[in-house]
Amino acid sequence: MTDTLTTLTAKDFTSNQEPKWCAGCGDHAVLQQLKSAMADLNLKTEEVVVVSGIGCSSRLPYYVATYGVHGIHGRALPVASGLKAARPELNVWVATGDGDALSIGGNHYIHTIRRNPDLNVILLNNEIYGLTKGQYSPTSKIGQRTVTSPNGLIDYPINTIALTLGAGGTFVARVTDRDGKFMREIFKRGARHRGTSLIEIYQNCPIFNDNAFSAFTDRERKADTTLYVEHGQPLVFGKESDKGIRLDGFKPVVVNLNDASVSKNDLWIHDEGDFNKANILSRFFDNPNASEDFPPRPFGIFYVEDRFTYEDALTAQVEKAQENGEGTLEALLAGNSTWTIK
Amino acid sequence: MTDTKTTTRQVNVTSKTSVTVLFAGDSGDGMQLTGTQFANTVAVYGSDLNTFPNFPSEIRAPAGTISGVSGFQMQFGSTAVYTPGAKFDVLIAMNAAALKSNIDKLHHGGIIITDTDGFDAKNLKLSGYGEGNSPLEDGSLQDYTLFEIPVVSLTRAALADTGLSVKNIDRCKNMFILGILYWLYSLPIDTTVKTLQTKFKNKADIAEANIKAVQAGYNFGDETDMFAQFGRFEVGPAAMKKGTYRRVTGNEAAAIGLAAASKKAGLKLFLGSYPITPATEILQALANMKKWGVKTFQAEDEIAGVLSSIGASYGGALAATSTSGPGLALKSEALGLAVIMELPLVVMNVQRGGPSTGLPTKPEQSDLFIAMYGRHGDAPMPVIAAYSPVDCFYAAYEAAKIAVEHMTPVICLTDGYLAFSSEPMLIPSPDSLLEVKPVFAKPRNEGDDPYLPYKRNQLGVREWAVPGTKGLEHRVGGLEKANETGNVSHDPLNHQLMTDLRMEKVARIADCIPLQTIDNGAEKGDLLVLGWGSTYGAIKIAVDRALKAGHSVAHAHLRYLNPFPKNLGEILRNYKKVLIPENNCGQLLLMIRDQFLIEPVAFNKVEGLPFNEMEIEAKITDIVKEL
Repeated sequence: MTDTLTTLTAKDFTSNQEPKWCAGCGDHAVLQQLKSAMADLNLKTEEVVVVSGIGCSSRLPYYVATYGVHGIHGRALPVASGLKAARPELNVWVATGDGDALSIGGNHYIHTIRRNPDLNVILLNNEIYGLTKGQYSPTSKIGQRTVTSPNGLIDYPINTIALTLGAGGTFVARVTDRDGKFMREIFKRGARHRGTSLIEIYQNCPIFNDNAFSAFTDRERKADTTLYVEHGQPLVFGKESDKGIRLDGFKPVVVNLNDASVSKNDLWIHDEGDFNKANILSRFFDNPNASEDFPPRPFGIFYVEDRFTYEDALTAQVEKAQENGEGTLEALLAGNSTWTIK
Repeated sequence: MTDTKTTTRQVNVTSKTSVTVLFAGDSGDGMQLTGTQFANTVAVYGSDLNTFPNFPSEIRAPAGTISGVSGFQMQFGSTAVYTPGAKFDVLIAMNAAALKSNIDKLHHGGIIITDTDGFDAKNLKLSGYGEGNSPLEDGSLQDYTLFEIPVVSLTRAALADTGLSVKNIDRCKNMFILGILYWLYSLPIDTTVKTLQTKFKNKADIAEANIKAVQAGYNFGDETDMFAQFGRFEVGPAAMKKGTYRRVTGNEAAAIGLAAASKKAGLKLFLGSYPITPATEILQALANMKKWGVKTFQAEDEIAGVLSSIGASYGGALAATSTSGPGLALKSEALGLAVIMELPLVVMNVQRGGPSTGLPTKPEQSDLFIAMYGRHGDAPMPVIAAYSPVDCFYAAYEAAKIAVEHMTPVICLTDGYLAFSSEPMLIPSPDSLLEVKPVFAKPRNEGDDPYLPYKRNQLGVREWAVPGTKGLEHRVGGLEKANETGNVSHDPLNHQLMTDLRMEKVARIADCIPLQTIDNGAEKGDLLVLGWGSTYGAIKIAVDRALKAGHSVAHAHLRYLNPFPKNLGEILRNYKKVLIPENNCGQLLLMIRDQFLIEPVAFNKVEGLPFNEMEIEAKITDIVKEL
C-alpha cells in the first residue's frame, strides 16, 4: 500500500448512535457489511454521504459516522442526485426500502436509474411495511395476508431487477441479508462502478414478515432454490451442484448434470455485459410464489454497463462553457444586448 | 445592404408623452417577436417602457379563433412608465379575432391598423363576427382611426423577387407591420435590422427577406397618402438615469439575481426544477448560465426538483427551485424538511391564477397564504415579494442572501405579470450589490471541540457544515433533533424548544432587513395604500394622481412579508385608513389584521388580470370622499 494514511476500520464508520432496529432484523447485518465495505474501500468518513428516505431501513444514515441525510418518504434518490450533481467528488450511498423506493418513490426510482448518477443504492426489500406495522408493500407476495390485505393480497408485485433493467440500470445486483461477505463484495463492486449501482437485498423482517425469504436462506433448501451467478461461469445450482441451466433459444431449461448426455459446456455462461441474458435472468421471478421449483432465484450481479454518469456529463458541459474562463459577475449582469443613456 | 430611405414628404409630427400599443394576431403570427422588436428599438432610443405579453395557454389554439389570439402590449413614454398601460392608443389587429377580442380596451378615437387579408370570409366566421359581417364595413369602427392594409398581399409583392416560398414570405408579414409602426412613431429600423442579421446568421435569405419586409412597411408608411395625411408621432426619450441598460423580463431578472448572488457569495448555484408556466423561463435562463458555473437539473417532477436542491444545499451549493402554485403545493413537504434541516434554499414562486390548474398564463397574487402557512407543523419560512420586472432581480438576490445568511428556505414571490413583463434595467455595478456571507463551520482536528450541527449564533443561525470537510461529519434529517447535537430526539421539552428556536430564528430576520419606507406621499395622513408585488405600478400611478388632486394619500409597498419590517405597525397607525389592493381575496389583508389588529379596506380583483391605475384611483377617490 502506498497510502501512508491510517486505514480506517468498520469501527471508524460506526456513529455514536445505537441502532434502534428490532433484534434479529436483517438491517443489522447490512449495516455491518456496509461499514466494512467502506473501510475496505479506503474511504474517508468525511468524503462519504449516506442518504435515505423514510422507513426502517432509512434510519441507516444515523448509524454511520459519515455525513448523512435522512430525508422524506420516497425521496432519497432526488436528494442524492442533487447532492451528487453539485458535488461529484463525494461518495454517495442511498439506503432505501421496498416501500420507499418502489412505491411512494417509484417515479424517482425510474428516473434516477435512467440518468445514472454515480450512486450506490442499497434497496432493503423485506416485502412489507415495517415502520407502519405490517401493511403490504409493492413487493409483497400474491395472496399474502397483512393488516391491509386481510383476504389475501391481489396486488401483483414489482420485480425489482426487471424494473431496474427496464429503466436503464447500469449495475444491477441482488443478495440476501444472510450473504455476509458476499454482500460486502457486491457493495464494493457497486461502489467502484461509475454509475447508479442497484443492490437489492432480501432482508428479513422478523416482526411483520418473518421467513419471507426462508426459501432462499434456509440451509436445507437454499441450494436448490437459489442460483448464484458469477461472470464467466456456467449457471449451476443444486445441493450437489448437479443442476445447470441451458438456453434453448430464449428459453431457460434446467438440465441434470448427472445425465451423461449433458455437458457443462452446454450451459448458459453468465455474462454481466449481456443485456438480453440479464433480462431473461431477471424473469426467474415470474411466478413469485414458486420457490421450491424452477426457476431458482438468481443472486449476484445480473448486469453491468459502462455508461456516462449524469454528473460527469453535466460537469463536462460546465467545463466546455468555461473553456475560455469562468464568466464574470460584470458579464453576467450586462448580458448580451445593452444600450447606454448618456 | 438596406435602403435607408428617410421620409421626404412634409408630414405633420405630433409629440406624445406616452403611448400604449397592442400587437394582436394569431398565435402563429409572430406577435411576441414583433412586439419585442418594437420594445428593443424604443429602449435603445431612450424612452422608458414596460411590456406585457398576453397569450393563451394553448400553444396553437385553432387559427383564426378568439382563443388563438396572442397579444403583446407595451407602453412607452418620455416620462417614467410603470405599467404596460390600461387602455391602448394603438391596436394592431392581424385578423378579425384579434380585433374582436381587444377592441373594448382601445381608447375612444384610438388607432386601428388591420391586415385586411385577415378579414376574409373564413376569418370572419371563426372570429364569431359571422360571414359577411365585417366590422371593417359595417360602420362599427367609425369612432376610431382605422387603417385597412392588405399586409399579406403587400408583403408578397415586396418579397416577390426573393425566391422564397409563399409560406416563408407570408411569415414576414409581421415585419411589414413593424415597419409601418416605426414610420408612424418616427423610430429608426436599424436596431431590428441588426437583430435580424444576428438571429438569422446562418439563414441569409430569411434575414434579407425580413429586413426587406421591415423596410417595405416603413416605405409604405412614407409613401401612402392615408398615413401622410394622418401624420406621424414622436415620443421623446425619458429622463432615465445615466448608465448602461439591458431589457429584462421578470423571469430573466430572477435568474440573473440568483446567479449574481451565488457569485457574490462565492458559492455554486444549483437549480432543481420542473417546467411550469409561468416560471419555466427561470429554469431556461439558468440552463444557459453554465459559463458562470450554474448547474440546472430538470427533475422528473416538482418534488424531485426541490429535493435535488435540498441535496445540493446540503452539499454546500446555493440551491434554488423555481415553480408556480401547483408546484409549490407539491413541494410543501420538502419545504418542511428544509425548515427542520435549517438549510439555505430559495424558492422562486411565480404566481398564477388558481386553484388547481386555474389560469396558467394569467397572473394572480393568491399564493401568499400557501407561502406563509402551507406546510404541516409549525414551519416558519421567510417570504419576500418582487414588485417590478427589474425588482425580480433584487428580490431573488435578496432571497438568496437571507437564505444563506440565516440558514433557512426562503420563498420569493413574483407572478405571471412580472415574469413576462419587461422593462429597462440599469445594470448595477458588482460592487453596489450587497454582500452575501455564508456561515460555514470550520474544519475540526483531533482535540478541537466537536461540531454541533444545531449550535446557533446570536441570530439563532446554525453553521453550514459541508461534506468533504474533516471533522464535521453529521447526520441531519426530518426527525426532530436534540438541541445542539442534532441527534434524533422525541423528548417533549426539546421539541418545544426546537420549535420555538425555529420560529425565533425567522422572526429575528426582522433585525436584519431595512425598515419599511413610504414610496410616495406624506408620512401621516388620511389614507395609506399598502401593496405588495406586481400591483406596484398601478398603485404608484393612482396615488400620484390622487396626490395631484389634493388628497391626503400615501403609498407603501411591502418587500418583506415574513417577517414584516419592524416599523410596519407604526406606519399603519399614521393613517386614518389603510387600503390594500390585491389580486386575491384578501390574503395580505388578513395577515395585517391578524398582526396589527387594524381593519384595512379590501380591494380585491381575481380576473386573471393585473389592476389598472384607473381602478385604484377610483377606489382611492371613493374612500377619501368619506373620510
